[in-house]
Amino acid sequence: MRSRRVAAAAVIAVSTLALAACGGGSSGGSSSSGGGSDVGGVHNVSDVTGGTIRYANSGDWDSLDPADTYYSYSWNFARLYSRALVMFKSAPGKDGATLVPDLAESLGKPSDDAKTWTYTLRQGVKFEDGTPVTSKDVKYAVERSLDKTTFPNGPTYFNDFLDLQGYTSPYADSDPNKLGLKAIDTPDDRTIVFHLKQPFSGFDYFAQMPSTAPVPVAKDTGSKYKEHVVSTGPYMFDTNDLGKSFTMKRNPNWDQATDPNRKPLPDRIEVALNVNSDDIDNRLQSGDLDVAIEGTGVGPAAQGKVLADQTLKANTDSAISARLWYTSINSDVAPLDNIHCRKAVEYAADKTGYQRAYGGATGGEIATNLLPPVIPGAEKFDTYPTPGNAGDAAKAKDELAQCGQPNGFTTGISYRAERPKEKATAEALQQSLAKVGINLEVKPYPLGDYAKLYAGKPDFAKANSLGLNVFGWAADWPDGYGFLAQMVDSRAIRASGGNTNFGVKDPEVDAMLDKALVTTDTTAREKIWVDIDKKVMDDAYILPGIWSKGLLYRPPNLTNVFITDGYQMFDYLALGTTRK
Amino acid sequence: MAIYIVRRLVAAVILLLIVTAAVFAIFFLVPRLAGATPEDLASRYVGKTADAEQIHVIAVKLGFTDPIWVQYGRFLKGLVAGADYSTGPTTVHCPAPCFGYSFLTQNPVLPDLLDRLPVTLSLAAGAALIWVVAGVATGVVSALRPGSIFDRAAMGVALAGVSLPIFFTGLLSLAVFSYALGITAPGGSYTPIEDNPFLWAYDLLLPWITLAFLYAAGYARLTRAGMLDTMGEDFIRTARAKGLPERTVVVKHGLRSALTPILTIFGLDLGLLLGGAILTESTYSLPGIGKYSVDAVVNNDLPKVLGVVMVGSIFIILANLVVDLCYAIVDPRVRYS
Repeated sequence: MRSRRVAAAAVIAVSTLALAACGGGSSGGSSSSGGGSDVGGVHNVSDVTGGTIRYANSGDWDSLDPADTYYSYSWNFARLYSRALVMFKSAPGKDGATLVPDLAESLGKPSDDAKTWTYTLRQGVKFEDGTPVTSKDVKYAVERSLDKTTFPNGPTYFNDFLDLQGYTSPYADSDPNKLGLKAIDTPDDRTIVFHLKQPFSGFDYFAQMPSTAPVPVAKDTGSKYKEHVVSTGPYMFDTNDLGKSFTMKRNPNWDQATDPNRKPLPDRIEVALNVNSDDIDNRLQSGDLDVAIEGTGVGPAAQGKVLADQTLKANTDSAISARLWYTSINSDVAPLDNIHCRKAVEYAADKTGYQRAYGGATGGEIATNLLPPVIPGAEKFDTYPTPGNAGDAAKAKDELAQCGQPNGFTTGISYRAERPKEKATAEALQQSLAKVGINLEVKPYPLGDYAKLYAGKPDFAKANSLGLNVFGWAADWPDGYGFLAQMVDSRAIRASGGNTNFGVKDPEVDAMLDKALVTTDTTAREKIWVDIDKKVMDDAYILPGIWSKGLLYRPPNLTNVFITDGYQMFDYLALGTTRK
Repeated sequence: MAIYIVRRLVAAVILLLIVTAAVFAIFFLVPRLAGATPEDLASRYVGKTADAEQIHVIAVKLGFTDPIWVQYGRFLKGLVAGADYSTGPTTVHCPAPCFGYSFLTQNPVLPDLLDRLPVTLSLAAGAALIWVVAGVATGVVSALRPGSIFDRAAMGVALAGVSLPIFFTGLLSLAVFSYALGITAPGGSYTPIEDNPFLWAYDLLLPWITLAFLYAAGYARLTRAGMLDTMGEDFIRTARAKGLPERTVVVKHGLRSALTPILTIFGLDLGLLLGGAILTESTYSLPGIGKYSVDAVVNNDLPKVLGVVMVGSIFIILANLVVDLCYAIVDPRVRYS
C-alpha cells in the first residue's frame, strides 16, 4: 500500500508539473468584413442603454490595480473604471489611436525643453464614494506605481523618466501625507506638474497609462487594492472573486457632465476568468457570451468553422495589430557583419512561406518594413522588393558575390521551441535561403529564457553562430517610440542578456531616436520614426515577416462594435447590448 | 483498531512531510543546483521591463536569496505558526496552517483552495456515484452473460470510454448538448449546492457524465473480469448446491468477493480526483482545485502548486486509510489490530 500511495501522490505532483509545458502561444486570424447597420466603421450603431455585457478571459489579469497592469486589453478595459489624465479616444480605426484629455482638461503642456509637463484637472470629478478627485490623488497614484516590489507587473516608464532623486515608494515615505516625491508638483488641487530627468516629447502617452488614474491614500491597501479598486469611471466594482470572476455596476458618482469621452450603455458588466479558450469561442457563437476580452481573435478550431460559414463570417472583424513577427539578422556573426550578406538574406527570403507559417493570409499581412500600419504616421515601403514577395534568387546571388561569398555560407537560425509557428518560420527560411546556397542550422531554445540566456545574450548568440533569430515585437501603445525604442536602440543592448534588440547597431539610428525624444511636434516626430524604419531596413538588420492579425467574432446582440487602432481590438468603452 | 488508525495517521503526517520536501526541492533546490541564481527564479515574477536591481529586490522579497533549508523551514513554520506578508502599506497575516502565499495574486493559498474545494468535491462525488453504479452493474451483467450481445456491446463502449480523453468527449458533448441542443448548462456553469440543489445538479450533469464515462468503462471491465473469476470458484458452486437463490449467490457471494480490488482502485481514484480533476475542470471551466492548479502551473505560481500537491496528497492518504478500513467490512478475513 505504501508504495502505491507515494506513487499516487507523485502522479499528482508530476502531472501538475508536466502541464507547465503548456501555455504560451498565440492565435492568428484572417481578413473579412462584417455587415449590419454600420456607420463609419461601427457595427450595430445604437444608443440603447441597459443590459449586461458578458466578457470572458482565458487567463487572468496580471492585476486590476491600475498601477500594476501591463496588458493592452487591460488598459482598454480599465477606462471603464478609472480615468487617467489622458486616454485613447473611443473611436474606430485611426481615430482610436489619437490621445484626448480625460481627467485633465487638455493634453499636457510641455516646457520648451520637453522636460516639464503640466496638466490641469477637470472640475467636478469624484471617486465612487463621492469624494472629489484632486491632483494629489493623481500624484499619489503615480508614486505608488513606482514601487516595483509591491507592483511588479506594471510598466516602468515613470521610474525611468521622472527625476526621482532617490524616491522609491510612498510606503517608505517620511512625508505625513505620503506625497514626498519631488518630481511631481501639485501647486493646487487641480494642477499637476511632472519633472523629467530627460526630455520626452511623447509624455502624453505616459499620461494615458492607467497608473495616472487617481488613488485615494486612505483607501490604498497596497497589493490588496486590486480587490477593490476605487472607481472614477462610469462603472465600479460590485463583486470581485479573485481568479474566478468579477462584476461591475454603474458608478452613481460618475457625472456625464465631466466626461465628454464616454457614453456608458450597459447597466452591468460581468467578467469570467480562467475560462477554457475553445469554450469561449463556442459560447460566443451560441450567444452565451459577448466578448473574448483578450482581443487576440478566435482559436484555430473556431477559425475554420467561422470562415466556412457565411453567416458566422459576416460577424467577424479582422484586426491588424501593432505586432511584427520578424527575424533579426545578427551582424556579430560572420559573414553577416558584411551588409551585402545581410541584403542577400533579405532578397532570398520567401515571405509567402513566412506568412504560411502563421496560417496564410489569415494570420497576417506580409510586412516589408518595421512599423505596423496601425501606428500613426507609419508608411509602407519595400527596400528589397521581390516578385510576389517570394524571394529573388538572382539579386540575392548578386549580393552574395559582392559580399565575397558567391557560393553562399552556413549560419544558425534560432527560434522559441514552444512556438510551432516560429518553428515553421525557421524551416520556411531554411528552404528559401538554401536556394541561393545559404544553409541554415535550425536551433530551438526555450521560450522563457530565449531573450535572457540565448538569442538575446550577445556572447551566446555569437559563440553559437546564431546569425538569424526568429522573434516578434509589439508596441505598448501605437506610437513609434512604443514600438521602436526597445527594438532598434543599440544602447539598449546589455551584455548580460535579456535584450529585445538582437543586433541593430547603428549610431545614426540612436541619434535619430534621441532627436525624436525632443521633438514635440507630432507630425515631425512621426516623420522621424519612419526615417528610422527606413534606415534600419537600409542596414538590413531585420527581416520583417508579417504584421499580425486576429479574427475577432462579434455576437449579433453587441452594439457599437468597432476596432480601435489604439488597442487593435474592440473598443470596450463603446460597447452596448440589445440582450436584456 | 484505534491504535491502527493512530499509527496510520502518524505515518500519513511523515509521508506528507516527505512529499512537500520533494516538491519543494523540485521547485527551489533543483533549479539552484542546475545553476539558476535567486534572481533567475525571481525574474518570472516581475514585469516585462524590470531591470536587474528590481529583480534582485523581488528575489529578496520572495526569500529566494536565503539558503534552501531556511526557505523550507519558513514554509514548515508557516504551517504550524502562520506567517506575515507585506502588502506595501500594511502586512497581512496568513493564519496557521499557512499553506503558503501566492507570488502572483498576493493571497494566502489555503483560503483559495478551501474556496475551490466544494466544486471539486461536488464533481468527484457525483461522478463517482454514477461510475460505480453504472460500471459495476454493467460489469456484473456482462460477466453473467459472457459473449452475449449485451456483453459485447457494453465492453465495446467501455473500450471507447477508456480510450477517449475528456478534452475530446467534454468539448464534443458541450458542442452537442449545450450549444446545439441547449439541454445542458454551458461551460463554466456552477451553482453551489446550498444556493439551489437542482441548479447544482443541472450545471454539473454533463461534467459528471463525461467524467463518469471514463471511469465507468474501466470499472465495468474490472468488475466483469473479477466476477468471471469469482463465479467459477468452488464456493459459488457450493452456494448454488445449497439451493440459495441465484440473486443471493451473485450479489452476496460473488459480487462481495469481486468487490475487494474495485474498492482499492476506487479509493485511489477518488483521492486523486479530490486533488483536482484537472482535465474535466479545465474543459468545463469549473473553478475547482484542478483548474486552479493548471492556472497556477501556467503562471509559474509555485506556492499554489505546492498547496495543491499538499491537498491532493492528504486526500490520497485519507482515501487509502478509509479503503483499508473498508476491507475489514467487505472481506471477513481481514482484521486489524
